[in-house]
Amino acid sequence: MTASSSHPAVSLDAPRLIESPPLVVLSNVTKRYGRITAVDDVSLSVYPGEVLGIVGESGSGKSTVMRLLNLEETAESGEYQFDVPDLSGNNLFTLDRYARRKIGVHHIGIVYQNPHLGLRMNTTSSGNVAERLLMTGERGFDALRDAARASLAASEFPLARMDDLPRKLSGGMQQRVQLAKAIALKPRLLLLDEPTTGLDVSIQATVLDTLKRLQRTTHITTVLVSHDLGVIRTLADRVIVMRYGRVVESGLTDQVLEDPQDAYTQQLVFSKL
Amino acid sequence: MLLTVHNLSKHFEMHHLDRQILAFEDVSFTLDSGQFMVIGGSNGAGKSTLMRCIYRTYRATGGEAWFESRFGPVDLTRLADVDVALLRDYEMGFVTQFLRPRPRVSALELVAEPLIALGEYQDAAESAARAILDEFGLKEALWQAYPATFSGGEQQKVNLARALIRPVKLLLLDEPTASLDSAARQSLVDRLAALKSQGVALIGVFHHANDVEHLADQHLRLDRVQVYQNGATHAVVE
Repeated sequence: MTASSSHPAVSLDAPRLIESPPLVVLSNVTKRYGRITAVDDVSLSVYPGEVLGIVGESGSGKSTVMRLLNLEETAESGEYQFDVPDLSGNNLFTLDRYARRKIGVHHIGIVYQNPHLGLRMNTTSSGNVAERLLMTGERGFDALRDAARASLAASEFPLARMDDLPRKLSGGMQQRVQLAKAIALKPRLLLLDEPTTGLDVSIQATVLDTLKRLQRTTHITTVLVSHDLGVIRTLADRVIVMRYGRVVESGLTDQVLEDPQDAYTQQLVFSKL
Repeated sequence: MLLTVHNLSKHFEMHHLDRQILAFEDVSFTLDSGQFMVIGGSNGAGKSTLMRCIYRTYRATGGEAWFESRFGPVDLTRLADVDVALLRDYEMGFVTQFLRPRPRVSALELVAEPLIALGEYQDAAESAARAILDEFGLKEALWQAYPATFSGGEQQKVNLARALIRPVKLLLLDEPTASLDSAARQSLVDRLAALKSQGVALIGVFHHANDVEHLADQHLRLDRVQVYQNGATHAVVE
């Protein structure tokens, strides 16, 4: 991981106690849009069961990292390794679009800040979730409905409204439908891109609570992007801080928030209300 | 030896002030299983900072802190973040001075959470949570309530219960009794005595130092001595 010159003299050892290899590894990933370098030589690892938070201001590259992790885009250089059978050793960025989409459907779930990106607003909520299951070949109506119901229940969605259209639901409920859809196929990796941004404070608390409970009971490996340090503190085990497309600092969440080393991270943390 | 701290130093680099603030320098001590060390010293002498460096909430600036983990000896100042997280789950605990309540999470749920995270069943974890909340004297009527609305003392009872519900080898305590009534203070002292007899190593800063004097095997005193260059302060160890 990129370290800035302001980091402490004591450098860290490579991980050696943790038994499992990382589920996800990005190595030296660079992504450009024309002359803009959105992600600049970023490396990160996410270990099974942990929540990795990504913080940084708008334009820092954190959402681009999420799109890369979700295989919506590929990088100009660098590697993306995913530790699941049949994939280990492959750089996912080199796979064709069809193969990438298959991996996305089976192994990765995502919740976007904007529910319009994640949901069909004119398909019922249960239909949105069932659609995910249809992609794997499930065709039985009862099986689809049962699976959708189970997934909506896990995301603590009020089941009495499972046949309502998402456009008729509140923002908090739309996020729960997105979450139900994201976890419907029990993916190995859950991506949360500003999942509670824009929600009322009280609704934000209940959605956070659901995410925390889900993480605690399923131990699903999660990458969470948020500019809200309170959300990061509540959910993340570790944090990386991005600025201008680069990782400027990484560490345990309490350490980064209470003893930030990098000048930019200090500015970010000391600005929190 | 469970913990061997050698020449540990910490300064804070304050970029916006363009200066360093020295918390302490060259602190060394050893602690074995079942031993209790009380840290003393004036406000700002670096007592909490020292414990946070061991727990890795703060990054030490120099020195070593060797911990005898179940994987063998590890230097906590250099250990990878994911490895520290693993040790925090199973071997090291930290009791803070204040609870950090989460919106809409009940006292019982907050206390049971560390056990559930380790894979315990909900029922078993909640029954352990009820037992320990009872031990620290939190009224049963409050167990399902949200701690954000509690008094400071009640919050601290939840905090203690949450921190002490799972077994550890090394427990760090940062003024855990400051806001407690005398009955809860006594429950905590009894619990610490029991942990010590079970072989848990304890390091703590105590507002009421007399409470734990009979349990202490050693004392570490941090004091500030002014260093005249650059305005930084300097800690000495007795």
